[in-house]
Amino acid sequence: MLRATLKSLLARKVRLILSGLAVVLGVMFVSGAFVLTDTLGRSFDAVFADAYAGVDVSVAAKPKVTVGEAEGDQVAPAFPADVVGRVRAVPGVAEATGVVSADGARLIGSNGKVVTSLGPPQLGQNWTGESDLVELRQGRAPQADDEIVVNVALATAAKVEVGDRVGALTAFESKRRDFTLVGLFGYSGGRDSVGGAHEIGFTTPAAQRLMLGKPDTFNSVTVRAAGGLTPEALRDDLARALGPQYEVKTGEQLSADAAASFKEGLSFFNKVLLGFAAVALLVGTFLILNTFSIIVAQRTRELALMRAIGASGRQIIGSVVLEALAVGLIASVLGLGAGIGVGALLAWAFGTFAGGLALAGLGVPPAAVVSAFAVGMLITVVAALLPALRAARIPPIAAMQDVATPDRPLTRITVSGAVVTAVGGALLAVGLTGNAGGGTLPVILGGVLFAFIGVALLTPLLSRPVVSLLGGLFAWSVPGRLGRLNSGRNPRRTAITAAALMVGIALVTGVTVILDSAKSSIAKTAESTLDAQLVISGAQTGPRQPVFDPAVVDRAAEVPGVNTVVGIYNDNAVVDGGRMRYVVALTDLAAMGQIFHATAQAGTIATLRPDQVALSVSGAKELGKSVGDRLTAQFARSEGSHTYTVTAVLPDDRSIGSIMLPRGAGAEFTSPQPFSALVQLTPGTAVSQVQPRLEALVADNPEVSVADRASFIEQQTSGFDTLLTMIQILLALAIVIAVLGIVNTLALSVLERTRELGLLRAIGLRRAQTMRMITVEAVVISVFGALLGIVVGAGLGAAVVRALRDEGITDLVLPWSQIGVFLGLAALVGVVAAALPAVRAARLNVLGAIAHD
Amino acid sequence: MTATVGREARAAARASDVWKVYGSGEAQVVALRGVSAEFERGRFTAIMGPSGSGKSTLMHCLAGLDSVTRGTVSIGDTTVTGLGDAGLTNLRRDKVGFIFQQFNLLPTLTAKENILLPMSIAGRRPDPAWYDTVIDTVGLRARLDHRPAQLSGGQQQRVACARALVARPEVIFADEPTGNLDSRSGAEVLNFLRNSVREHGQTIVMVTHDPTAAAYADRVVFLADGEIVSELIEPTADTVLDTMKKLDVPAATEVGNP
Repeated sequence: MLRATLKSLLARKVRLILSGLAVVLGVMFVSGAFVLTDTLGRSFDAVFADAYAGVDVSVAAKPKVTVGEAEGDQVAPAFPADVVGRVRAVPGVAEATGVVSADGARLIGSNGKVVTSLGPPQLGQNWTGESDLVELRQGRAPQADDEIVVNVALATAAKVEVGDRVGALTAFESKRRDFTLVGLFGYSGGRDSVGGAHEIGFTTPAAQRLMLGKPDTFNSVTVRAAGGLTPEALRDDLARALGPQYEVKTGEQLSADAAASFKEGLSFFNKVLLGFAAVALLVGTFLILNTFSIIVAQRTRELALMRAIGASGRQIIGSVVLEALAVGLIASVLGLGAGIGVGALLAWAFGTFAGGLALAGLGVPPAAVVSAFAVGMLITVVAALLPALRAARIPPIAAMQDVATPDRPLTRITVSGAVVTAVGGALLAVGLTGNAGGGTLPVILGGVLFAFIGVALLTPLLSRPVVSLLGGLFAWSVPGRLGRLNSGRNPRRTAITAAALMVGIALVTGVTVILDSAKSSIAKTAESTLDAQLVISGAQTGPRQPVFDPAVVDRAAEVPGVNTVVGIYNDNAVVDGGRMRYVVALTDLAAMGQIFHATAQAGTIATLRPDQVALSVSGAKELGKSVGDRLTAQFARSEGSHTYTVTAVLPDDRSIGSIMLPRGAGAEFTSPQPFSALVQLTPGTAVSQVQPRLEALVADNPEVSVADRASFIEQQTSGFDTLLTMIQILLALAIVIAVLGIVNTLALSVLERTRELGLLRAIGLRRAQTMRMITVEAVVISVFGALLGIVVGAGLGAAVVRALRDEGITDLVLPWSQIGVFLGLAALVGVVAAALPAVRAARLNVLGAIAHD
Repeated sequence: MTATVGREARAAARASDVWKVYGSGEAQVVALRGVSAEFERGRFTAIMGPSGSGKSTLMHCLAGLDSVTRGTVSIGDTTVTGLGDAGLTNLRRDKVGFIFQQFNLLPTLTAKENILLPMSIAGRRPDPAWYDTVIDTVGLRARLDHRPAQLSGGQQQRVACARALVARPEVIFADEPTGNLDSRSGAEVLNFLRNSVREHGQTIVMVTHDPTAAAYADRVVFLADGEIVSELIEPTADTVLDTMKKLDVPAATEVGNP
């Protein structure tokens, strides 16, 4: 039996390779994700171990507001300079240095633009001299407050040299300030940066003012232990001496913490890759199921013969499963190899484009190997199980009969399809209405999966009418008519091939519907409620949001033709000692009310006093507050928390955010500067008249610009387009796999119908006509799949949009032009997929084909 | 030996000194050794011979399904030898009809669609009167909307006959047309073939190894070992059987034809 299995495997290697390819791609993503995460993770470990190599113990003030990596940057609060003295006085401290180091120091390059970073921080620090780690490569240390040094990586990116006058924006000063570049520094081992970070070294007073906002403060103290004292012992001594407001950590702890927060960001990337692996494997499952079904159907006689000469049903199942195992094994090995390659490539790309991360050696963690084999072989065997069971049911008598297995009725498959679809729908309903509690995402994903499988099971029933309708388009020629009949011939096979394409198209369509709807809703809301003609803001290109000098808001209000201006700050804050909430601060609530034509639902809209707050209706509901109630808020830079009294509750669509704080609160945010200002002009004033004057106000800030309303709305929604393109590119892979499926099905069909093809050629069908016949079959299948995908995807998308109505997505947009493109692409895909099988069919030797058994 | 019955001008198909060699070196098999034969228009010719005699190869070469190693083949005025795929396709489409042992109907098409398929492919419309005649001759009027799977073997072969007849080809080649049929259905099919020759002037060349089937023909050509060895005019089952018996004695064991 084993030998028979292996022989049949070898005889069918081409078509098994085709279906195995889908598994290879899926496994590649899985193992690639693990390899990438492992390699980058170890690289980060090395980077941070290095960065804290000279630090035995570090002292910092406890952050006021703790945020996760995904929510923004942690701010190490400033503390008075005398803390350095207190540290130095603790016995066992050999050396204590006050350090300023904060993100947000942006150098302006020689092209006049701000040098952006794709991920690593842009640190502004006080220059504390050379050390074991840091070495001055060129020039000298900064001595005056208008002198800086930068690391070599930044100098290279900005194309600046020692002696140049260069501009920079800093955390507390979002307008250009000019400095003389007096030196360049690097790191031991010839490195130009640590982990790609851009660094500017100021004199200590300049760093304190520009990066911390207060003179005579630091945000950490670096401590070296005296000989004989372990860092851990010194840490405990310092913690006792300084009290609970200070966090004391060893260098090792710091490096582990920093690496952990980077790895958290990586795990998101990992999840994305695994998500695509799941899609590829789902499509691959369809493909393998189909291939094995066809192979079993073709081998009916052979398998029946085996039964006739005494093989048991179990042996038959065993032989098919063994075949599947072999395919799965080979696909897993290839997938793992490809995954290691992809992981290495992505790690290299990450290291290069995210700014010179020195990569640790390529690592293949056991998880990558285990998951590659588990996933690859499991998927293949599960997919082959159904065909194997079918094979075992072939009666021995089939060996003696002509292969004319009657079409089994579709009742059972249809009923189970309806049940599975219903389960999927129910799961989706539960997930989308938010009744699933913490398990919302798994429930929704499960619902989508069930819906896909259910629809795939229903597809055979649908395929008859739809395929014959689609085929009708081609019925004007004989080859077209024959192709149409062929595609309707085996509803199961057509259905599953189309279903594989459906998955990819449905996901793309669904995502497009959701994003387009969100985009359109945002644009519509902005258009109907926003009575601002100009907007001052920056386009966000990196992890940090561009901000500008608060004085710009006041000066903008004085520009002739400007009616009113509101500047907006944002951050996360701890409200009422509870969880973190997104808050905004407005320079003037009254101005906002005027720009949004807001009427208060309760209370009055007026400029907020420093101890007043306004809430949106949903914010008030969430917090359980009404006008007159009090709430407390702790900001990133505030000493202790502030208490505010609620003075107004505004409708959701006439508010900015749900908690609107007075201007003073903004000054204590992580980024104490506004990121946007809405400008309303006095009626009858031309935009073109005011815009240049506002532009002049932000001329010293290359990150920020002035946009009219239309381009502002476009700016706000352009992120959706980028996201959409990325998702479409990644899901294109699922579609490519589905194309392999169509090629596979057609190739097998051509083989199966060799005699028919021979006859058609014998009675005069030309080669070109033969090819057209096969092509029509492929196009009908692929367009059918695309139609299914579009319907399912639009349905899923619409359901999600419907569920998000409370979140402000009120508009359902069906992307008709995209749908048209998908259908056109599907037809093209059919033509491409048909090419090889069609050529093969046309090249058949007529005589051999007629005699074909 | 050369069979030269009938005048050249009346030949619907002709083979002149046709050689067919398969393989090379040790494995070389000569299937046809210089066969020359003419098949008259309006007559029913049977090609007989033992297994491996080259009878099917000769038919395949005549019909343009297989190429010859040497010599020439022509159908009507067309020289088949040297035609490319397109030329051969046109030839088969316009001048040749086929009836196979396995019926070879398209399972997706109804009987009527199968019958009209060659004409649809060629983009021609059937002569309605002739179509009706053919349908009535094969007696399938009641079953025109059935698919092959719903027809008996005999009925399927009658559909195949109708498909060959309806286009009025220059010549119909039938390869063991009764091989898969019981004797009654076989007799029916052979009767149609003979009637279509007698009443409508159709030319038919049939390969068979069944003396009873050969007896329906006007003339039988005997092949042995790749050469024409004998022929009978107006044969009966007995005369065919006698001739076969004589041939069987020196029959070669060499296999030239699957």
